[in-house]
Amino acid sequence: MIRVRKLVKRFGLKRVLSGLDFDVAQGEFVGLLGPNGAGKTTFLRILASLSQPSLGEVSVAGHRLPGGAAEARRQLGVLSHQPMLYPDLTGEENLHFFGRLYGVADLPARVTELLALVGLAGRERDLVRTYSRGMQQRLAIGRAVLHDPQLLLLDEPYTGLDQDAAAMLDDVLRQVTRAGRTVLMTSHDLARTAELCSRFDVLSRGRIVASTSQAELPQDGLLAFYRQALAPAAEAEVQDG
Amino acid sequence: MANPQGQTGFFKTLWAVARKDLAAEARSRELMAGMLVFSILTVLIFNFALELNPRERQEVTAGVLWATFMFAGTLGLNRSLAVEKDGGCLDGLLLAPVDRSAIYFGKVFGNLIFMLGVIAIVLPLYSLLYNVNLFVPGLLATIVLGSLGYVLTGTLLAFMSVQARTRDILLPILHLPVALPVLISAVRASAYFLQGQPMALIWGSINLLIGYIVIFGAAAYMLFDQIVQE
Repeated sequence: MIRVRKLVKRFGLKRVLSGLDFDVAQGEFVGLLGPNGAGKTTFLRILASLSQPSLGEVSVAGHRLPGGAAEARRQLGVLSHQPMLYPDLTGEENLHFFGRLYGVADLPARVTELLALVGLAGRERDLVRTYSRGMQQRLAIGRAVLHDPQLLLLDEPYTGLDQDAAAMLDDVLRQVTRAGRTVLMTSHDLARTAELCSRFDVLSRGRIVASTSQAELPQDGLLAFYRQALAPAAEAEVQDG
Repeated sequence: MANPQGQTGFFKTLWAVARKDLAAEARSRELMAGMLVFSILTVLIFNFALELNPRERQEVTAGVLWATFMFAGTLGLNRSLAVEKDGGCLDGLLLAPVDRSAIYFGKVFGNLIFMLGVIAIVLPLYSLLYNVNLFVPGLLATIVLGSLGYVLTGTLLAFMSVQARTRDILLPILHLPVALPVLISAVRASAYFLQGQPMALIWGSINLLIGYIVIFGAAAYMLFDQIVQE
């Protein structure tokens, strides 16, 4: 579903991704971990064709970027800490607008179904600017899965969610993976990541420094694995001064 | 969760984007209210600052009108793209599996409607204050063409400058030099129409205006996808 080879991304002189190799198979739920500034968001933006790589090859859903970007985007749902919603439209109008862009069939029924799924039935005619942060993120979840994408890219999706909304997102993600969809998620919430994901990769200094699966996860858990993965980078930072 | 998708064509996308902008503006009225207040104040200030006889009024009309439209248009363009940037909506748009240039032309269409809406209110007011008849078909056509040229160039540059921290300042600095051919030909053609000059004299400016719109529109159509990539 995702194939990345020797990916480099530079912003000016700063190298954010340094020769990254990465693969995700159909149906996997991968947790991408890493400290702030590791390059997780940049990597997800490249996969979503919102940013171009400086060097390297990227294929998403069998379409090589940037040439096949439009086809790849058709298979892609993105949820980030920004809701990507219009505050002066109602919740329902937002979903209708994005549904039209994605050419979703039987849109009114699909919007009604999703509003119920994310717990916003009854508030669909209210302007998004009147929604709380958690409600906006609920609607953003609906927007991300509106076209039933094959691949979900989630960048810190739990930011701003209360416990109920977080549990609802857990349910949506379980439903998505049961349907054979692929998910790549960045999160600092290790407990939730350990619970949901089937594979864990740690990104540090622009490279994948460690990778393990749910089955191979050490007994002392994801936190220990994560700390161990980052230890060499932390040592190098100390040596660099 | 299966939900089959169809292709969304160029004009469907264009209309969806424009309709979304019109619906949001109908609710908030932030963009047009700002443009309108600015335009009315500008026209009033010129009216009191330039104490002119009827003949001189006729001569300055084209310049005053286009200066008003230009600055009000820039205000609108800035606001129109700021709405997209806030909350990551621009990313949401660019993630859609559509021809990205349709998004650009949708924004152009929305911005053009806003600009023409403001102009439709400013023209009668100007006519009243300056006692100048502006309801000349040729002049009105020039205003529509000039506004289209201004919005075409401005929307593209607004997409480019919206990522910058200093976007409010950056847009006019980038836009005015690029829109200069539009403004010069629109002011000239407008002045000629008001003076009742023969069409043989006016066609040169109109042709320049149309040519610039066609060339810029074609360039934007081809380059927009590259321009909005980070």
